[in-house]
Amino acid sequence: MVRYLVPLGVFAMLVALLAVGLRHDPRKIPSPLIGKPAPEFSLPALTDPARRITRADLLGKVTLFNVWASWCVSCRDEAKVLDGLAKSRVVPIYGLNYKDRRAAALEWLKVFGDPYVANAFDREGQVAINWGVYGVPETFVVDAKGIIRYKQIGPITPQVLKDTILPLVRRLQQEARRR
Amino acid sequence: MKAPSAWLLALLLVAPAAHAATGGGPPPPTPTSGFTNPKEDARYHALLKNLRCLVCQNESLQDSQAGLAQDLRREVREQMRAGKSNPDIVKYLVSRYGDFVLYRPPLMGTTYLLWFGPFLVLIAGIVALFVLLRRRTRRPDPDPLPAPERRRLAALLREREEGSKR
Repeated sequence: MVRYLVPLGVFAMLVALLAVGLRHDPRKIPSPLIGKPAPEFSLPALTDPARRITRADLLGKVTLFNVWASWCVSCRDEAKVLDGLAKSRVVPIYGLNYKDRRAAALEWLKVFGDPYVANAFDREGQVAINWGVYGVPETFVVDAKGIIRYKQIGPITPQVLKDTILPLVRRLQQEARRR
Repeated sequence: MKAPSAWLLALLLVAPAAHAATGGGPPPPTPTSGFTNPKEDARYHALLKNLRCLVCQNESLQDSQAGLAQDLRREVREQMRAGKSNPDIVKYLVSRYGDFVLYRPPLMGTTYLLWFGPFLVLIAGIVALFVLLRRRTRRPDPDPLPAPERRRLAALLREREEGSKR
């Protein structure tokens, strides 16, 4: 009996291991920055090169920091979700315009909507590297003290917004009020 | 029948060449470091070989042509120019992208199984083999030859031996 149970057991373990592996998306690399202070940056604003957007702009309230580009196709789907969120005025959205041309980015905002309080223009993608960005879109949830609390890899879908981001934002806003 | 097979053969011979000409793509240019000092250049390439591109995950920063890989190479160059040491640069990238950027994951609690698992499996295999072999040699022959047949076998063998001597 044992001589059949042992291979069966080994096989079952292997199946379990591979099943877990299949459910795991290798493209989603967890960010080591979660729970850490958001990296410092100072970049020209997309709409006004003379103005600078810095980390200090994000402080004092819970914010979303959304990395996007006009050449990013899935950002178009995300734009609808972000627009709805901006209209609800639940949380301010700041943008990091990633490796884009200024004219193309401004045109994109006209076509697909502009949910952003302000956009930092990261022409060379250097600030993005400092934030551990490896694709667009990505979105960081930053708390009132400037700590990164969550990173969404890929577009924010209505589902992600409802199930993950909004509950987290509300919790962080309560946390900030209590202090 | 002969002509079509010749055609097929010709096609088979040509196909790889055609592929190389169109879809094979150019050989990846080795990223130039811009360092004139050969020591610095070697250091740069050695660093890149051990760092993983996050977009095309099976390529190193040395080999990848992805936009992000180019940006990360620039970051490595700039940090080298700023006088950062190799561990400093690696530490910076790990702090941004996690251990995933390393081709050689560090030895720690969660990676013990990764590092030692193969050896454990090897040891388990050796133990299993050893146990199996011992059991087999110890076990008495389950179906011994009956005595008359054994005698006959001995006689046959003797006969054969004598025959070969002659």
